[in-house]
Order: sequence, then structure tokens, then C-alpha cells
Amino acid sequence: MATTREIVNPAIAEAHPRLFDVRHIREDFPILKQKMHGKPLVYLDNAATSQKPQVVIDALLRYYLQDCSNIHRGVYLLSERSTQAYEDARANVQKFINAAESREIVFVRGSTEGMNLVAQTYGRQHVGAGDEVLITALEHHSNIVPWQILCEEKGARLRVGPINDRGELILGEFEKLLSDRTKIVAVAHVSNALGTINPVKQIVAMAHARKIPVLIDGAQAVPHLKVDVRALDADFYAISGHKMFGPTGIGVLYGKAHLLESMPPYQGGGDMILNVTFEKTTYNHIPHKFEAGTPNIAATIGLGAAIDYLTGVGMENVASYEHALLAYATEAIGQIPGVRLIGTAREKAGVLSFVMDGIHPHDVGTVLDQEGIAVRTGHHCAQPVMERFGIPATVRASLAFYNTKQEINALAAGLEHVKRMFA
Amino acid sequence: MSDLSSLYQEVILDHSKRPRNFHAIENADRHANGFNPLCGDKVTIYLHMSGDRIEDISFQGSGCAISTASASILTETLKGKTREEAQALFEAFHKLVTGKPVDSAGGPPLGKLAVFAGVSEFPVRVKCASLAWHTLRSALEKSAAVASTE
Ligand SMILES: Cc1ncc(COP(=O)(O)O)c(C=O)c1O
Repeated sequence: MATTREIVNPAIAEAHPRLFDVRHIREDFPILKQKMHGKPLVYLDNAATSQKPQVVIDALLRYYLQDCSNIHRGVYLLSERSTQAYEDARANVQKFINAAESREIVFVRGSTEGMNLVAQTYGRQHVGAGDEVLITALEHHSNIVPWQILCEEKGARLRVGPINDRGELILGEFEKLLSDRTKIVAVAHVSNALGTINPVKQIVAMAHARKIPVLIDGAQAVPHLKVDVRALDADFYAISGHKMFGPTGIGVLYGKAHLLESMPPYQGGGDMILNVTFEKTTYNHIPHKFEAGTPNIAATIGLGAAIDYLTGVGMENVASYEHALLAYATEAIGQIPGVRLIGTAREKAGVLSFVMDGIHPHDVGTVLDQEGIAVRTGHHCAQPVMERFGIPATVRASLAFYNTKQEINALAAGLEHVKRMFA
Repeated sequence: MSDLSSLYQEVILDHSKRPRNFHAIENADRHANGFNPLCGDKVTIYLHMSGDRIEDISFQGSGCAISTASASILTETLKGKTREEAQALFEAFHKLVTGKPVDSAGGPPLGKLAVFAGVSEFPVRVKCASLAWHTLRSALEKSAAVASTE
């Protein structure tokens, strides 16, 4: 049947495999049809976790209904099927972030585990007394605390690149902190608290000029931007599945093959070995060396489905749609008297962090909730960022490609309501 | 919006905008700090005791409307009360905000504290309402520890 939306220009049709239409996108996310307190759900907490399209939910269901079995173990068809689906997901991730080889894709629980893995393996191997680990003032606690634990154990020092009042990394100051004591650099690609997009390509180049490897925390980047780990020349890149429309409990640590090969295992157990005797154990090849025990098979397959979905929508479409929506939201929210945006980086992803004169973020969150609007209030697991701006907390609205201008209007109206209540 | 107005009662809004006893007590004989890591709310309660009686009480800090109003009304309510009366009021208050039946016959009269009844419909806000009370308790316990060494 002919539809009313006809694609006239074939060049556009080609550039946008499926011309982006947010109404159709929303149809793919069953949860968005709900009402909260009698109002349509306006979900603006995507930086905390994203919603799941039906295809991801179906993939989870299919695994449990048809393919449930352990992987890499059985000789029977069922296990062959689940192993295939699991390894297909790895190939999906590889393609999606443009890794050179699928064995560079290690499945972990999430970005948090990715950072901990690198700190506890590469970190323990290379960081010694008097050495330094360099991070930025924009990091999520999960890219601070694993390094603090390491530094404490080794007598090393954690150094922090400062940010300016817009919430941008001061690159010149950051570069000054690189020295021959620096053994690893760990930076967020996109800040969850402020939305700042860090100049990771430049950071990698600076560090590599001194032969220092770089871990990029991509938890907030992969769901919103086209990420190419080889173009960035990242040594490690950590991802959370649940923030990119996949299930919880699954994430990815990308690592360059030669680095992963040189690293000791993270955890011991089944699947990560080739041969075990009480005298000597031979570890499995990468990536299996880092995947001890039965993994979250269903979630991994679900992540593969999320990637297929995102590929279908097109990350270029996602990025450009969100960019426009952020500009709209920045204008709509930023111009409300009494609202102050925190984090006004020139390169920014879809995050609006803000405070309101004389009204605590917690109260804002409660009032918005009654309007069906879900935002995050608090320190967003980035207390040092809050401290930098001298505030205890912010209200954070974080966008995804299924959000609409109408939802931003609802947020703006909700904030006006908040102001009237607390005036 | 009936739910919201039960949470943000006029009295609560008034106390949050114009908190009472909002200062430090110069020569307080004890104080305690409270912190809610979830939202960054901070409160300090100052006490001046006369034997077992709270002769003067004040607070400082920063927090949401619920936690500020709760601290403010707490100081108003407890001035002149004994340690035991304060403890009984805490228990009654806690029942009130967590939606448990308050013993209206046997318990102490809640007075103005009753405006916090609406909190029970907002489970995530219970901690906001009770922060000042937990802080008060640790201030009183400190005094007990001091008292026991005497
Ligand atoms: C920038 C950033 N890094 C890391 C994480 C941790 O992700 P997860 O909790 O999925 O491990 C988050 C999640 O909030 C994040 O926003």
C-alpha cells in the first residue's frame, strides 16, 4: 500500500536508509505508550538507562523460548544455536564500532566492569609506585573509583584534568599532566552529568605521542554518536548495553588485540582456560580469556538485536535528530527565567543539566513526575562535577532519538508549573 | 494534582521558604550532621540541653523543601521537650511518614508534624522528611554517651 510519506529525492533516500520519522520510531518502543499518573510518559532519563525496542524484547524471549542452552559447551543443536547467536552478537558489536577483529570484543557486565577489568589487569601490570593515572574532572564514579583502588594499592597517584565553566576539558592543562610517570589515560567520551563531548581523538593523539595507552568510557557516546574505535585509535573502549537500547547486565570492553593478549586474566573460571591441571593452567585465547564463567547469554543476544536496530535507523540519523532536538530543548529550557543550565559545552550530546533558583532539584523531580515526566535529580554519579560547579545536585533531562519536541514542550510547561508551586 | 498538594502543604512550603531557628547556636553543647547521599541534602542540628530538657534547638543546612521544612518544624516542635518526649515524637513521626497507623490515643500529639502525612504517598521522599530526625537522634545519643561517662 502506498503511504503518504513519499521519498521524493532518491539521494536523500539513499543517505537515510529509512527516513527518520520519530512517530514510527516511537511505535517500536512499547513502554512509551504508557501513562504515568494519568499523563503520557515523557521519558527523559536516557542517560541512566534507555528503553528497549520490541525487537530486543523479542530476542530475549526467543532465546528463552527456543535456544536456551549454555554456549561453547554442548555438542547438540540447541547449544550450537545459542553459541552461534552469542558469537553473532560479538560480530555485530565489532562491525558497529569498527573494530579490526571480533576477538577484540570482550563481553562484560557493563562499562563499570570494563573499567574495572582494565584497572585490575593492564593497570596492575603497568602501574607502580610513583606512577600516575590521568583522568578528567568529568568522569562518572565508575571511571574514578577503579583507578583510586589501583593507585592506593600501588602507591600511585591519580591526576585529574580540569574543566572550564562551560564544562569543557581544558586540553592545554590536560596535556601538561601527561608525563613519563603517566601509565594510562582514562576519559569519558561523553559526560553523563553535563553532556560534554570530549575531544577524545586529540586526547588519544597526545597520549600516544608519549606512548601512553588510552581507555575511553563510551557509555554515553555509543547510543548517540557514530563511534569508530579505529578512527579514534582507542586502546580500550567501554560500553554499556542498557544505555544503547539493549538489556541490562551486558556491556562491551573493546581492546586492541595485542594489549588484550599481553594482559593477565581478570577472573578465573570456566571458559577462560584451555587446559587445567593442579600444576599449571593454560589460559584461553582472547576474548575468552576475559570471559570466565557462563555469561549473560540472553542479554548478549539482545544487545546484538539492539545493534541491528540501531543500524537500521542509522547512527547518522540518530545523531542529527538528537542534535536538532538538543538545540530546541536548550532554547526552550534555557530561556525560562530562573533556570540555569549547568554544562554549556560547545560540543555537546543530548543532556540538559540545570538548576532552578531557590528550588531544590528533588522537588522539581517530584513535581515533574506528577506530570508524567521522568528526569533524574541528584549528582548523577559524578559528585566531583557537582563540586566543580558548587552545587549539590542538578535536574537532568537526557534525550534519546525517540524523544520529541512535544515532550520538550511538556518539560518546559512542567517547569513553569514547578515555579508557580514554589514561588 | 491532589497528591502533590498533600505533599507540599502550605505549612511545608512556608517553612521551606522561611525556615525557623535557622542558625547555629553559639555555645551549643552538642550538634550532629546528617547527610543524604542520594540527593546531597545536608543538615546540622544544634542542641542546648538543660539536664534532660532541650532548652534550645536550631539547624543549618541545605536541602529540598521537604527536608528543610521538616528540620524547621522539628526545631519548633521540640523546643522545651525532654529527651524522652523527643524520642516518642520521632517514633510517631516515622510511623506517620511511612504510612503506618499512628497511635493517636497512646502516642504524643503530633501537632504541626501532622502536615507530613502526605509524604507517605511518596516513598522516595521519606528520607527527605526523616533526615533531620535521624540527625537529632544522633545528636541526642552523643549527649547520652557523654552523660554516661560522667
Ligand atoms: C559516563 C558513564 N560511564 C559509566 C557508566 C556506568 O555504566 P554501568 O552502570 O552501565 O556500568 C555510566 C552510567 O551511568 C556513565 O554514564
